[in-house]
Amino acid sequence: MKIIACIKQVPDSEAKVKAEDGKVSWGDAPLVINPFDEYAVEGALQQKEAHNGTVTALCVGPESAKEALKHALAMGADEAVLVSDAALNDLDTVGAAKVLAAAIQKIGGADMVFFGRQTLDNGAGLTPPQTARLLGYPMLGLAGSIKVEGSAVTVERVLEEGRQIMKATLPAVLSVVQSIGEPRYPSFMGIRKASKANIPVWSLADLGISAPAAVVTRSELITPPTNTREVEMIAGETPAEIAEKLADKIIAEKVL
Amino acid sequence: MKTFVYIDHFKGEVQPASWEALGLAKSFGAAIALVFGKSVDAVAKAAVEYGADEVLVADDSSLEDYRAETYASTLAALASSLNPNLILFPTTARTRELAAMSAVDLNTGVLTDLIALEANGDSFVATRPIYEGKLMEKIVCAGKPVMATIRGRAFPKPERVSGKSGTVTKVTAAGEAKSTVEGYSASESAVNLGDAGIIVSGGRGVSNNPALTPPAGMDEKQAEVWRAQQGFALVTELAKLLGGAVGASRAAVDGGYIPYAHQVGQTGKVVAPDLYIACGISGAIQHLVGMRNAKVIVAINKDADAPIFKQARYGVVGDLFQIVPALTEALKKKLGK
Ligand SMILES: Cc1cc2nc3c(=O)[nH]c(=O)nc-3n(C[C@H](O)[C@H](O)[C@H](O)COP(=O)(O)OP(=O)(O)OC[C@H]3O[C@@H](n4cnc5c(N)ncnc54)[C@H](O)[C@@H]3O)c2cc1C
Repeated sequence: MKIIACIKQVPDSEAKVKAEDGKVSWGDAPLVINPFDEYAVEGALQQKEAHNGTVTALCVGPESAKEALKHALAMGADEAVLVSDAALNDLDTVGAAKVLAAAIQKIGGADMVFFGRQTLDNGAGLTPPQTARLLGYPMLGLAGSIKVEGSAVTVERVLEEGRQIMKATLPAVLSVVQSIGEPRYPSFMGIRKASKANIPVWSLADLGISAPAAVVTRSELITPPTNTREVEMIAGETPAEIAEKLADKIIAEKVL
Repeated sequence: MKTFVYIDHFKGEVQPASWEALGLAKSFGAAIALVFGKSVDAVAKAAVEYGADEVLVADDSSLEDYRAETYASTLAALASSLNPNLILFPTTARTRELAAMSAVDLNTGVLTDLIALEANGDSFVATRPIYEGKLMEKIVCAGKPVMATIRGRAFPKPERVSGKSGTVTKVTAAGEAKSTVEGYSASESAVNLGDAGIIVSGGRGVSNNPALTPPAGMDEKQAEVWRAQQGFALVTELAKLLGGAVGASRAAVDGGYIPYAHQVGQTGKVVAPDLYIACGISGAIQHLVGMRNAKVIVAINKDADAPIFKQARYGVVGDLFQIVPALTEALKKKLGK
């Protein structure tokens, strides 16, 4: 079983993100593996263990993104590949999908390609289905559990209306959600292996493609106004008295 | 200006933000609703009543269950032949995939989860939150048609005029499915946090009531879950009274108190109800990014220093097992229910 886990590097969720000169700035906050993609790596490793497979972690990004790949290696991925090229500055989601699809083809395809549900920075969640469409693989999105039997894969998708059970034939693209299971911590051995790993870097020329032109572009970055309103604490002698006052406040807000 | 509006539904139940998309489309010009599925006449009729100038219906057994591939091919074929300027969708699990895939076929881009969309001559400028709502960006799409998914409750919902008649045109399905739908798991009931106007959420605190004695024979973990279920029963009762939905923090989900579909926050749902009542939730950043755009936030927590109070309009320092039922009673009385 050949498995690829696609990951991205993003500023840590605790980072104070600001708009500075029209660019996004996160100060000296650390860059980490996209938290949603940790679930993708976890899902990939579960399948590797169940079906005696190999996991390749794949990332499109700057040289610094090797750290995110090392995290995947430390968790237990077998190999890692970084696609990095100076021409890849303004990728939109479909551009990222085009580069990933080309890299997956250069790897020689895969039985399963894992993604997280979305990224922390852009948050669109478009790249997984777009990669599936470009590869011609079925898309099994928002999987909360996965079962593979022979060449058949069955997933439970977590949708607004409940869980949908969907089946397809491998190869397939999957995006996973938190129900897949907590991402494992890197082991001591894994961290040692990852720190010594030599991660190959592929350019666009290696993939045989030119930089995809961005269709979606940003025209303005805005820092939203911060909440400066003071909280009004409701107190009283008894729960009933507090509830009485709070109910009046809520009704006065006219939101019921 | 011609806009397609994709009406997202599950077995005939329409995601209400579809109508909000229809209202937005009308503000730009002609709005053509798209309804895909099997036996979807009632959805088409509703689209007319909500103001669609025309409804295109692909009613086909191959579209009975939503599958990304067939739906995307059907949509792309319609867009190629009818050349809309804009295709609008409500933002849902299905439409993110559908828009993403048909944009690949149509060689254009998708603007997702929009809170504003303005026409600018022939093109559009969209506003959306990024970095978990820490920033907003304005974006444009150079491709045609422009494809955009709108956030639920960010745009006004048009009035429904019942009995209104309009043009409904049959169109054909396209594409080949790459998967089969085996069924739906009944273990989790529908949770539509995205369009709930009111959400009452519970956190780890719902399991913290030492006064409750669990049935004999339970181990510690079972007793904790049992206690949490008593807590969530109080949360649910308040939500029901207000016609709202039940949310949860990740600690409550991880604790096995309630299914993942209820989770609000970074790795759950991002919501923006008119009223959000947080019960026994500390207010970690990953939870706050999911709910801080609610109009009115009420926090009930034992700990006066809990960070949730910094985001709240109203706060109560107290035990949720006392405050929540008292609030339900007080509201019941005052609302005459
Ligand atoms: C990558 C990542 C993603 C995450 N995604 C999410 C997410 O999507 N959503 C999310 O919610 N979290 C998320 N988290 C987890 C988040 O960091 C917090 O751990 C979580 O939100 C805590 O949940 P809580 O507030 O219910 O629990 P706690 O932090 O334990 O807080 C419980 C609160 O209940 C109060 N309390 C206890 N008993 C009572 C009582 N009887 N009456 C009243 N109050 C009481 C306590 O004072 C306390 O403030 C994520 C974390 C990471 C690292």
